[in-house]
Amino acid sequence: MTRSRYPSTSPEGTSLGLDVSAPPPAPEMKRVAFPTAATPDPAQADALARAQAGDHQAFAQLYSLHKRRIYSLCLRMVGNIAEAEDLTQEAFLQLHRKIGTFRGDSAFSTWLHRLAINVVLMQLRKKGLSLISLDEAMEPVPEEGPGRSFGERDLALSGTIDRLALERAVADLPAGYRLIFILHDVEGYEHNEIASMLECSIGNSKSQLHKARLRLRDALRANSLPEAQP
Amino acid sequence: MTSDPALMSCAEFQAKLPDLIGSGVDASSHPHIRNCELCRALLADLETIAEAARKLLPIVDPPDDLWAHIESAIRSEEGDFDSIKQRAVPPSN
Repeated sequence: MTRSRYPSTSPEGTSLGLDVSAPPPAPEMKRVAFPTAATPDPAQADALARAQAGDHQAFAQLYSLHKRRIYSLCLRMVGNIAEAEDLTQEAFLQLHRKIGTFRGDSAFSTWLHRLAINVVLMQLRKKGLSLISLDEAMEPVPEEGPGRSFGERDLALSGTIDRLALERAVADLPAGYRLIFILHDVEGYEHNEIASMLECSIGNSKSQLHKARLRLRDALRANSLPEAQP
Repeated sequence: MTSDPALMSCAEFQAKLPDLIGSGVDASSHPHIRNCELCRALLADLETIAEAARKLLPIVDPPDDLWAHIESAIRSEEGDFDSIKQRAVPPSN
């Protein structure tokens, strides 16, 4: 994921390219359930059974069905097109090796998704990603506090956020923050699942997600005010 | 630090916010939020970002030639596997 792939389309003169006429968000923080128990798809079930029996065409069909989701996941997590392609390839190679072990305890898409995340995490660990060290290296976001953040009411986000601006802001997050933000807010994993995947505490997951959102908020606001920058 | 949620400072409230949000509690009903416009705006922003994030996936198709690479790698692995199997099977006389 590079910046050039996601050019900002935020119109100048509006806060963050937001639709300011839109109603304010609902007062509750609602979780949207991740489709972990996808409705069984007969075509996929058939392809899965044939792929498990060694049918190459059926495996190609599974690739077609899931390539976009897996590639998008890899791209967001690593923020690099070439790496995302390599990781997608590795994920499907692992799928090919392990497809016979899938027993249907969860939806196939969930199982494959988790497999792909493990492939990405393994790669990130090889590259030396340490969530804790990254976190400690960050500027202390909480101290940025409300005084700096809430000077003017018209800077508050409201309504809808420009999708491309958000994509770009997510891509620019430090790796550790980006990882947790994507896993939780984009992919819908719960903190206990993330803590297990990343081998960190649930508190660390919550804390880093919060910091990631604060960073995104700052980035989206800064992005909307280019004329204010020197 | 006060023990009365309604008398919390913004810094105290925001220090608790990650856990509050992460636990699934309706943070907007917290006494501090009811009295603090700044923290109410912060919470609304964070909700807006989380809501927007849920609409992000999936976005991009991989390049068309990726499947050819994957297929080639699979064939290569299978070739390796077949040659190992052949070596493992004693010749029949």
